[in-house]
Amino acid sequence: MTRFLEATRIALATLREIFDEAAYERFLRRSRMISSTEAYAAFREEFEAAKASRPKCC
Amino acid sequence: MLDEEKFDGKHPTDMNKILTILAWIAVGLLGAGAVGVIAVCRGEPINALWLVAAATCCYGLGYRFYSRFIATKILALDALRATPAERLENGRDFVVTNRWVVFGHHFAAIAGPGPLVGPVLAAQFGYLPGVLWVLVGAVFAGCVQDFVILLFSVRRDGKSLTEMAKEEIGRVGGFVAYTAVIAILVILLGVAALIVVNALKDSPWGTFTIAMTIPIALLMGLYLRRIRPGKVLEVSALGFVLVLLAIWGGQWASQNPAMASLFTLRAPTLAILIIVYGFAASALPVWLLLAPRDYLSTFVKLGTIALLGIGIVALHPTLHMPALTRFIDGTGPVFAGKIFPFAFITIACGAISGFHALISSGTTPKLIGRETETRIVGYGAMMAESAVAVMAIIAACVLQPGIYFAINSPAGVVGQGAATATATISSWGFPVTAADMQALAHAVGEQTLFNRTGGAPAFAVGMAHIFSQSLGGATVMALWYHFAVMFEALFILTILDAGTRVARFMIQDALGHIYKPLGRTSWYPSILATSALVVGAWGYFLWQGVKDPLGGINSLWPLFGIANQLLATVALCVATTIIIKMHRTRYAAVTLVPLAWLVAVTFTASWHKILDPNPRVGFLAQARALAAGPGVASSTSATARLIFNNRLDAALTAVLVVMVALVLIESVRQWIAVLSGRDEARVRETPFVMTRLAEERG
Repeated sequence: MTRFLEATRIALATLREIFDEAAYERFLRRSRMISSTEAYAAFREEFEAAKASRPKCC
Repeated sequence: MLDEEKFDGKHPTDMNKILTILAWIAVGLLGAGAVGVIAVCRGEPINALWLVAAATCCYGLGYRFYSRFIATKILALDALRATPAERLENGRDFVVTNRWVVFGHHFAAIAGPGPLVGPVLAAQFGYLPGVLWVLVGAVFAGCVQDFVILLFSVRRDGKSLTEMAKEEIGRVGGFVAYTAVIAILVILLGVAALIVVNALKDSPWGTFTIAMTIPIALLMGLYLRRIRPGKVLEVSALGFVLVLLAIWGGQWASQNPAMASLFTLRAPTLAILIIVYGFAASALPVWLLLAPRDYLSTFVKLGTIALLGIGIVALHPTLHMPALTRFIDGTGPVFAGKIFPFAFITIACGAISGFHALISSGTTPKLIGRETETRIVGYGAMMAESAVAVMAIIAACVLQPGIYFAINSPAGVVGQGAATATATISSWGFPVTAADMQALAHAVGEQTLFNRTGGAPAFAVGMAHIFSQSLGGATVMALWYHFAVMFEALFILTILDAGTRVARFMIQDALGHIYKPLGRTSWYPSILATSALVVGAWGYFLWQGVKDPLGGINSLWPLFGIANQLLATVALCVATTIIIKMHRTRYAAVTLVPLAWLVAVTFTASWHKILDPNPRVGFLAQARALAAGPGVASSTSATARLIFNNRLDAALTAVLVVMVALVLIESVRQWIAVLSGRDEARVRETPFVMTRLAEERG
């Protein structure tokens, strides 16, 4: 049961990382903001250049 | 030193050791048996589970023994050495991340449409060449490349392949890597767009579904921005439900005369729409269209790959394609060219892909918390990618061969009209009738399935065939087919959006050295000019493919494969140079052998594509045939353009080969200089810093 919970936790963490939710959380912590429309806009602005220039494979 | 066990505190007893050895012997025997069945069995269909067993055992053995050998003997992975994620942690790019999370992140970035499309196209040779190349290529070349480049980047503060090539080989290495990336991106985007066009042409259901993904993505973008900021998983799940509704709605659209006529589009119209879309996606704010579409496509991609894997294991379908077909002689209808070298450039991503070296030296090295984790992330994620390629081979080979060839062969090869095409294909020894094809088209909700080149429709039919066997039967085959088409098209269009933007950024970066404002990614004139340049470049190849009487894939997919494998050649040159400089020359064969193989494959393929006298293979021969043919008598501009396109493709291939030859020569000069003692073997690694994380982890 513990292993199953651990696996679920890691799977969820992986999805949160892939879908940039973890990056948004780190951004909020770093910039000492709480989640809001403005905070998300600021996150996207900072994140977009890096994300858009990141290659994805064929 | 590689000892993850030390940190985990495991001390296997002697009995455990004996059991482990016996278990690995059993895995070896099962793997050998499965590969034997695949290789030897002739004349009767085999079960897909043999492929699954062979792949599982090969990957298991490769990971346990070969990757461990590389990790200990060559790379000397050191769990005590701080990684850039730890030393340079900034909460943004450099973040120490759980290894399984990095694994998932890395896999999501390397798994594109390549491992699905390439193996489907190469199935024209039979299932055997594809399976052997995917297994051997991945274990001994692709996984090794991804693993060593990842580790070398980790030891150089997460530097990119281009930067490492410049530092280790010289300026020419960096320049070639940069140019090869741009060339690959442009050709890839052109060929990817062509695959979508071929999957959606004359298909109101498919076109409606894909068209609906644009408002769905816009809605997701607005939801993320205005309603629930940052809740990406939630909005992706919502978007997925809306996409399923769009698939269901597509059936209604295809049966409604007004809607069906609106969404029944020919290839040139679709090509223009995709070019316009590509430009808009590149120039619009990322949050509005590109980012939500990327999330949606990733959500669908991961779900579908998992579903397909479960489906194949649970339903273990029978492969109807023979182990080898007559087309190994180079006369294949899907693409022309002999098994060597063309099978090895057609299947890239599932065996070895140069593009992966960009990911391994991009985001991933900045997330790795411990050097020892590069093994599971670099070597392991590529094994997972290779498994996706095995699934694609299975999806293509469960089809009756006659049906596979009817879908994948261009009209220029099998003839116009159902009767002519089926007669030609049946004469090759793969019986199929016009009635079979009509019944299949009807079952999947299409008007016709003839000449659907590009691999995507054949994969979709195979996937629908596998799923409909247990989930819903024939009645829902059309839904499964359009789900698969939507999955591939959505996936490819995302690559188109993101790839256009990546190429735009790279060009802006280079132009910034000439005129500073051009390098500013937020300056609109620069955005518009570079977007137009990139979209114009891949749009040119797309248009070329749409107008090609041989279906486009015949010319463009090998060109893409050559460019991609040439980039792998550059990556392996960098890796071999570093290994020699690390005084591990006696183990240099680990990267040198795949490098030699890739040089043989890509240079031979390039020679054939440029100079082969067969007009279906050689670009110049085709240009000559067109010039001598009846088309020129009427002096049509279309013929003149086809001649120009072939000459352009030949010139592009030649330029890429010459550039990679320069990198190779430069690398060999470096190796000789280091080995003869003329030059000092200076490794440009970041100096050792002791990790703090080992103590924290106990």
